[in-house]
Amino acid sequence: MDIALAVHRLQFAFTITFHYLFPQLTMGLALLIVLMKSVALRTGDEHWNEAARFWIRIFAINFVMGVVTGIPMEFQFGTNWAEFSRISGNVIGQTLAMEGVFAFFLESTFLGLLLFGEKRLGPVGHWLAALMVFLGAWISGYFIIATDAFMQHPVGHSITAEGTLVLRSLGALLLNPWAIWQYAHNMLGALITGCFVVAGIGAFYLISGRHEAFGRTFLRVGVSVGVVATILQLYPTGDGQGRMLAEHQPVALAAMEGLFRTESGAPLAIIGQPDVERMRLDNPIVIPRMLSFLTYQRWTSEVKGLDAFPREDWPDNIPLLYYSYHVMVGLGTIFIAVMALAAFLLARGSLFRSRVMLWILMLAIPFPYIANTAGWITAEVGRQPWLIYGIMRTAAGSSVNVSAGNALFTLIGFMGLYTVLAILFLFLVKREIDHGPGSHA
Amino acid sequence: MTDMGTLWFWLVGGMLAAYVILDGYDIGTGIVHLFVARTEGERRLTLRSIGPLWDGNEVWLIASGGTLFFAFPTLYATSFSGFYLPLMMVLWLLVLRGVSIELRNHVDGPIWTPFWDVVFSLASILLAVFFGAALGNVVRGVPFDEAGRFFEPLWTDFRPGVDSGILDWYTVSVGLAALAALAMHGALWVVLKTENPIRERARRIAAGAWWGATVLTAAITIFSMDLQPQIARNLAAHPWGLIFPAVAVLGLIGSFAFNLARREGAAFLSSCAYLAGMIASAAFGIYPNVLPSSTDPALALTVANAAAPVEGLRVGLVWWSVGMTLAVAYSVFVHRRFAAKVTPGAEGY
Repeated sequence: MDIALAVHRLQFAFTITFHYLFPQLTMGLALLIVLMKSVALRTGDEHWNEAARFWIRIFAINFVMGVVTGIPMEFQFGTNWAEFSRISGNVIGQTLAMEGVFAFFLESTFLGLLLFGEKRLGPVGHWLAALMVFLGAWISGYFIIATDAFMQHPVGHSITAEGTLVLRSLGALLLNPWAIWQYAHNMLGALITGCFVVAGIGAFYLISGRHEAFGRTFLRVGVSVGVVATILQLYPTGDGQGRMLAEHQPVALAAMEGLFRTESGAPLAIIGQPDVERMRLDNPIVIPRMLSFLTYQRWTSEVKGLDAFPREDWPDNIPLLYYSYHVMVGLGTIFIAVMALAAFLLARGSLFRSRVMLWILMLAIPFPYIANTAGWITAEVGRQPWLIYGIMRTAAGSSVNVSAGNALFTLIGFMGLYTVLAILFLFLVKREIDHGPGSHA
Repeated sequence: MTDMGTLWFWLVGGMLAAYVILDGYDIGTGIVHLFVARTEGERRLTLRSIGPLWDGNEVWLIASGGTLFFAFPTLYATSFSGFYLPLMMVLWLLVLRGVSIELRNHVDGPIWTPFWDVVFSLASILLAVFFGAALGNVVRGVPFDEAGRFFEPLWTDFRPGVDSGILDWYTVSVGLAALAALAMHGALWVVLKTENPIRERARRIAAGAWWGATVLTAAITIFSMDLQPQIARNLAAHPWGLIFPAVAVLGLIGSFAFNLARREGAAFLSSCAYLAGMIASAAFGIYPNVLPSSTDPALALTVANAAAPVEGLRVGLVWWSVGMTLAVAYSVFVHRRFAAKVTPGAEGY
């Protein structure tokens, strides 16, 4: 791969990975805040409003980081991926523009009211503001997913004589079956982040013996939503994504499962290191026939291995794809276990006394971030070598007029700036957590 | 094709004008922030005047960029990659500006708040200059190669011409004009939103900035007519186009007169008209080019060769109309919700 292409890829990967750390919490928390405000409205209990206010303060810090790191993303298609933009702009430019027009205006308008307007809006008005922010965030998620889904599985377009893409059917683009499954799976991933953060902070407060009433509330909210979200993430949404891959990107499926050779009754690898040179998994632990069953619902179905596809159509980094996928699934499974156990203890009334479970929940906080990141790496690395599947290869999409030197300058610039943002974010959120719920000076 | 393309030319231009008017007062508030507000309490007030509004205003930039992307994909791709370095710097400045507004009030202390005040102000000043220089580059034209691409270094010899950089004496003058214009615009916003003593300081700064804006506007008008012959050609062929600079001039006069007469709302609206007139004049001046060429004129990007195919533009028009109606409604709603002057002690963040 030439250096300029590598730098363009690395810059996009770095900036989008860092950016998405924030919107996942924004989207997950937005729903949980609406939940808390709903309980407050229903019961009139000021405790729930105070709980919501605490999380709104954290939400605000998280939201601005998401906004400022998000703006470079919209422009980066043009700056670093000009050839891609020239070809596909009329299609994906629409979903990106829709994100701005339909979602961001809604979100930012009502965020101002959420943060500044509680007294003048009254309880119902403030609840509505929270609902609008949630809707804005989740709508924006749909349009971005629809953009990526088009790149993964192009629909609704035609190709002109010059080779550019034209949008023919907005309906087909927005109702792309890949988009629907990807959206459900992605939003649950964000909700899982929200649940583990809320539950984890609740656990922290109980362990440290501070703000215990709020700690219990946060645990109730995080665990009861989390147990549902983690299960739905595996089935039906994880399964749904897998079936999309089997139907439309079988080579990616083979690569991420480490299936080198086509097999009937193909096994599911739980662990094992892929050795692409020798076309094998080292020290594999497998469940026989399980991959065939999961993919085609029959134990004996044939699943295509990498050997069924030309080498130039293989993802260009199979080990990275394999590991990201396995990290995501491994963590996702662990999340179900953690949340199910916590929910069981909560139902029995012993969660708040169970120090081991509280410690697990608190230490679990970073892991949904890892799982969500691993999931996106799986999606994007799995799509390789394609930028637009079957239409344009990644190698053909970057800006040919932007030299490696210029791209490296901006990559270093982003890394430095984002390091500062990360430190600021952690410092400010820690202060909020230390201060805890309750009136703010 | 040209009709659909021309329609979208004006729609995108309109969105960019809306962005300049709206986020322009946020940027302008940043430019004058350290001068109109001297104490901690005053600094909190000027920030509160834009606090609930700046993020929604900035969305106009995202929406404009996205619309440019689908309506003129070739222009989006060619210009964003050609203007790579300054565009990246603008993005970094937007990051710093946004962060400084939101984080400033989180910690009380002699280090934190002055630091973010200065970052807010510096980032706003540089954004005004960069945006102005960007407009200057678009009017002047860029050095296209045979393949229809360009890449401009930040500067070469500071002269416009086939070897130009992003910054030459012309684009810097447009940048300075933008700085003066947005300083005036922001100061008039602060007048509208605050009470004395901040208001009185802002009034005087607005009056001072007005002189800078007027002189520089006259200068860049002369320079632009000289460097971009398309402007004169368009005015000769379509004299109705004079309405745009006329609106700008009337707006400029109004900004001064109404400010003097202490009619705050009218002064600010005049400034909005001035900015709208300037953007529209630039758009009218370069049409049918969307990005003129400083090398071979035949290489310029035009409405015809840079717009997406007509079928794609038609699909876009349907949802865009709905979405932008909603967006305008939200913008009006939130500005009316927070229309009152900011006073100490009122609910804040």
